[in-house]
Amino acid sequence: MWIRSAMTYRTSFVVTVFGNLAVTGLDFVGILLMFSQVDSLGGWRLPEIAFLYGLSVTAFGIADLVLGSMDVLGSRIRDGSFDTLLVRPAPVLAQIGADHFALRRLGRITQGAVVLVWALATVDVDWSAAKVLLVPVMVISGAVIFSAVFVAGAAFQIFAQDASEVQNAFTYGGTTLLQYPPTVFGKDFVRGVTFMLPLAFVNWVPASYVLGRPYPLALPEWAAFAPPLVAAVCCALAGLAWRAGLGSYRSTGS
Amino acid sequence: MGSGRLYAAVAAGGFRRYATYRAATLAGVFTNTVFGVILVYTYLALWDEKPHLGGYDQAQAVTYVWLGQCLYSTLAIQGGGAEKDLMDRIRTGEIAVDLYRPADLQLWWLASDLGRSLFQLLGRGVIPFTFGALFFPMALPTDVTSWAALLVALLLAMVVSFGIRYLAALSAFWLLDGQGISQAVMILGIFCSGMVLPLNAFPGAAGDIVRALPWAAQLQMPADVLMGETDPLGAYAFQATWAVVLLAAGRLLQQAATRRVVVQGG
Repeated sequence: MWIRSAMTYRTSFVVTVFGNLAVTGLDFVGILLMFSQVDSLGGWRLPEIAFLYGLSVTAFGIADLVLGSMDVLGSRIRDGSFDTLLVRPAPVLAQIGADHFALRRLGRITQGAVVLVWALATVDVDWSAAKVLLVPVMVISGAVIFSAVFVAGAAFQIFAQDASEVQNAFTYGGTTLLQYPPTVFGKDFVRGVTFMLPLAFVNWVPASYVLGRPYPLALPEWAAFAPPLVAAVCCALAGLAWRAGLGSYRSTGS
Repeated sequence: MGSGRLYAAVAAGGFRRYATYRAATLAGVFTNTVFGVILVYTYLALWDEKPHLGGYDQAQAVTYVWLGQCLYSTLAIQGGGAEKDLMDRIRTGEIAVDLYRPADLQLWWLASDLGRSLFQLLGRGVIPFTFGALFFPMALPTDVTSWAALLVALLLAMVVSFGIRYLAALSAFWLLDGQGISQAVMILGIFCSGMVLPLNAFPGAAGDIVRALPWAAQLQMPADVLMGETDPLGAYAFQATWAVVLLAAGRLLQQAATRRVVVQGG
């Protein structure tokens, strides 16, 4: 329904997709600007950082397309329309995902994919079967990990009522963080996004394997293949958080 | 002096309205702090690679980041201030009611937006900035005059920011749907204000252009005034010129726009 409604205003749709492309593309323009001044950042060269960027943005874009409507949850709770979702005979999570499902978010995926393809073509890598296979696995696991973050954030919004911006710190903040190599950040910071909020498995760890760089925090060799496992665990935890959130929900009325 | 009191009351209303959303303010503080930390690390890596980029040392680059996070919502760099409400009122036609009020439309919205800015500065800006000063080495002046100079630059930055967004909002009289314009405000704001990279680190001709545009009055000028990188009077002149130009353009556009208003049934 949302797709059809968006397609009704075809020009407006095209314009917003392009607008979205431009807004999200600014991050990469920013990186290009930095590289107009230097040859490497944290010891990583442009194609390698583009690889990180492409992986992060594409994975995040997929999660955003499916679950990006989560940030309206706060206002739905405030105006009481969240109750309507609860009494409908369909999973609440699916309803929120479909709420204002916006194809214009394709802009972000497209932009991430373009950078990823460029990075794959220019980066200096000895490709093996394992490395080639790891790329799609990273994108899908990354999308699942980001989705779990979205769901956990939504659960938090039920507790905190009106705090959708906290979620932005982890979702948008997370994808921004992963666009830069782990060597840029402080060790405790990297520890946090590896073990507490396992964003490092979206690209840092597996990409280090593909690029033949030392792993962040000197993780063991097999960690590069852990993303699907990490994604599954994240999903389970986010699911628990979501159920706890729903269970504690008190409507806005007294 | 009756009208002065009126606009002061409008500004106070703008302040109070944003002060009501306490959870949202706290959430914003948290988000700005997280983004500040991420940005600081990337800037430090960049300045490691190329010391004195744009004439800043590392401590100055860090200061720039935290001032940016402090001013992000204060100056509505991404949009989302008074212009959002104004666009809504134009689209729904409620603007006709505003035009009947015995108050000046532009001054009314300026006052309301200044109230909002002031709240965002105190409620959302100061904490991330203080956090940055506590945990990262910053180049902060110790004399009162530099801080006083910053306040003047901030006030001018608020007016320039409003001037840009007011023009954008008035375009809704012709376009009705403000989405495209809001997107343009966002892109230009983030990029040309120097949220991505300080404007003095932009290379070549691109750098000369962005440093001459009104967006440079929002973050670059206050930062340079605070850190003593520029002569405050020169910075004020730059900001004030743009403020006057933008407000005058807003006034002209407003006159053209209000002639277009056709009230239903009237």
